[in-house]
Amino acid sequence: MTRIGVVVFPGSNCDTDTLHGLEVAGAEPVALWHEQASLDGVQAVVLPGGFAYGDYLRAGVIARFSPIMRSVSAFAAAGGLVLGICNGFQVLAEAGLVPGALLRNRGLRFLGRDVLISAERNDTAFTWLSGERRPLRMPVAHGEGCYFADDETLDQLERDGQVLFRYVHADGTRAGEVGDPANPNGSLRAIAGVMNAAGNVAGLMPHPERAAEAVLGSEDGLGILRSLVEATRRRAAEGIVPTVAGVVR
Amino acid sequence: MSAIAYRFAVNVTPKPGILDPQGRAVEASLGHLGIVGVSGVRVGRRIELTVEAASEEAARGVAGRLAAELLANPLIEAHEIVLLGSGAPGAR
Repeated sequence: MTRIGVVVFPGSNCDTDTLHGLEVAGAEPVALWHEQASLDGVQAVVLPGGFAYGDYLRAGVIARFSPIMRSVSAFAAAGGLVLGICNGFQVLAEAGLVPGALLRNRGLRFLGRDVLISAERNDTAFTWLSGERRPLRMPVAHGEGCYFADDETLDQLERDGQVLFRYVHADGTRAGEVGDPANPNGSLRAIAGVMNAAGNVAGLMPHPERAAEAVLGSEDGLGILRSLVEATRRRAAEGIVPTVAGVVR
Repeated sequence: MSAIAYRFAVNVTPKPGILDPQGRAVEASLGHLGIVGVSGVRVGRRIELTVEAASEEAARGVAGRLAAELLANPLIEAHEIVLLGSGAPGAR
């Protein structure tokens, strides 16, 4: 069975949904408490949504310094697959594991509604089973999701294929930056998700786990979770099992 | 050498050019107060803290590390450290 860890911070509130979604996607989900340094032998890690440590100071920043995140960083450096969803994306950005930062929504409101996103690439561990390139419908629920990086970084991300998801219109065309409801938070270049240069750490603001079963109104998110689960399974079968060697216990 | 308590304020502000929706909202509300001629509103945060160290330089070093690694995100925020006062440790 493919064991995938879901980190539980104080204030995480999508951990149970994410554990369930991973199970639907075929994994054996494992909850990992923020105060533990051990990853309990999981083969991939998901940082779920919520308000880790109350989002005090800045969303994700306090969580970054928790014992579990030191291990997650080491696991990522060893090539382990890590996915951050919403608040989990903010934690990854604050930890420098993915490029950029998440600013307050341009429209100032906390947004909880469905959006459309499209995978820019279908050859990554996070998207290869997400289907043909088409808009995927799933919810966002955040107050600070406006993706920011400087122009030079944005150019580099696009050049190197690190933009993983963008907000799109129903016809699949890219959403605008300002005043376009299809881009819910005003993210620069309509970026909804990015990954690191090595392609093993990714974050996105929308919630695939909230759109992983027909009963939830959309199954479009399941492909993202299945991509992660199956990529993890394949890597394990090939003998690629990253560990957190070197982590102080 | 006995330590001295240094009280600092760390002022964190959005870097120039970085979108600041809070600042814009505040600015947009000024008209409701009948105030004109105010522009360039930027909203940041101020953190006050006490550092015990042998010298002001050493204390500033600690505050500077805290500011750079935790209190501000250097991608999007600038910070300045202002000495508010100093005295015997434990005194408030």
